Amino acid sequence: MSSLAQPRAWERFFWPVVAAALLLAIWHFSVVWTATKVFPSPLSVEKGIAELASKHVLWADIVDSLRRVAIGFGLAVIIGIPFGLWLGWIPAANQTVNPLIQLLRPISPIAWIPVAIIFFGVGDHAAIFLIFLGALFPILVACVSGVSSVPPIFRNAGRNFGLSKSQLLARVVFPAALPQILIGARIALGIAWLVVVAAEMIAVDSGLGYLVIDSRNSGKRYDLVVAAMLIIGIIGLALDFGFRRMEKVKSVRWGFRNAS
Amino acid sequence: MLQAEDTVPDTRSAPKLRAEHLGVVYDRDGQLLPVLEDINLDVQNGEFVCLVGPSGCGKSTLLNAMAGFLSPTSGSVSIDGEIVMGPDPRRILVFQERGVFPWLTVEGNIGFGLSKLSRAERTQRIAHYVKTVRLEGFENSYPSDLSGGMKQRLQVARALAVNPDILFLDEPFGALDSITRVIMRGELLRIWQTERRTIFFVTHDIDEAVQLADRVVVLSSRPAQIKDILTIDLPHPRNISSSRYLELRDELLKQIGLAYEI
Repeated sequence: MSSLAQPRAWERFFWPVVAAALLLAIWHFSVVWTATKVFPSPLSVEKGIAELASKHVLWADIVDSLRRVAIGFGLAVIIGIPFGLWLGWIPAANQTVNPLIQLLRPISPIAWIPVAIIFFGVGDHAAIFLIFLGALFPILVACVSGVSSVPPIFRNAGRNFGLSKSQLLARVVFPAALPQILIGARIALGIAWLVVVAAEMIAVDSGLGYLVIDSRNSGKRYDLVVAAMLIIGIIGLALDFGFRRMEKVKSVRWGFRNAS
Repeated sequence: MLQAEDTVPDTRSAPKLRAEHLGVVYDRDGQLLPVLEDINLDVQNGEFVCLVGPSGCGKSTLLNAMAGFLSPTSGSVSIDGEIVMGPDPRRILVFQERGVFPWLTVEGNIGFGLSKLSRAERTQRIAHYVKTVRLEGFENSYPSDLSGGMKQRLQVARALAVNPDILFLDEPFGALDSITRVIMRGELLRIWQTERRTIFFVTHDIDEAVQLADRVVVLSSRPAQIKDILTIDLPHPRNISSSRYLELRDELLKQIGLAYEI
């Protein structure tokens, strides 16, 4: 097959399936050959998934995790986008706040766990706070850079049609920056899904993160641990896939033309 | 909408647009760079004026100062006797490219400046200008699905929709291929003849200027001054192989400092 050739339709499914099958085989035979008593084989993980699915607690855990992400990520969007637009719009505000943002941004939300527990106690609020923190910064940064990279030609056109400053922000700057804001929000959603699992291991006693840690703690059920991990991966993939569909909306599609 | 024309009679004594001793000096890293020097120009109501000059001489600067996007360092621009202090929907600047809003449909773009109108009026105005620039059937298309020429027609429609008395065009066809450019000139002339706006048109294309303008203003190289103003005394439609056309074209080429032969 020449490297320039477009992969055929069947190839695009065939090779990934081969890669996955290969990995499963390596996993399976590693477990068999090393005769480990602790780490589960793919088959026992599959049974574990079936066992979890048959118990209603799995669905409750999934709903709890998704609820926390929805609230934390939702708050980050509701607060982050207006705040980010404001920062991008007023250079003086950005210059004042930016060093603080850049200082807080590299701190992993995991490091905030003790602080979150002091603020909110052990419970939902602490977990939601951590998700909010993790999702806030990518949204802020995307808004600031999105607003500052709006072509001056669009602003000038808006001014020419007699728009006031707030109209200019709402009708020109925001829609022009929206594709970049969506990219930031997509990254933020990915981080939120990472953070919810970590937060649930410590701050609460429900959700998929709790399911992982609880399966280990109550009887070292590593088949259930790995099963829960796979479920986390699948839901994360589905969230990202769902979010990417927004890039197809016609009023933002222009901003994604050359993006992958 | 016709009130402005009633109160300001179209007489030679009261120009639509007047630049008086207009000067612009840029400050590039502390170094003063004079771009325009003592520009004096009157444009009459309904006139089609083209501005030509060597590349980088300050044509766009002059246009931006007239449209109110740039405050002059000295002198002034006045429209209907009123000093220009900033951009205004009564005079719309059409950009070379990427001027239309990619997040709005054709209808959304044309209706952009019409939010103060009632819904019925807005719909009617949009339909009228969709037809004027011949974009019927593309009302709900986004600019990314339009060709370069269609996008420029859309930009002109968006500008005309707010009923401006002056259109400033900054090399509006400069990014188009040569065939589309010729077609667009015909379209613009047709629109100008039916709508009768004052048009101030920047171009680097000598033929474009002679084909379109009532008068052609020639700028010198930087710091730009008005070198000459040529009246194109040819009726439309213009025969571009007539001797008078070629004469005027040669005159313009000479003004810009280009040889007759290459």
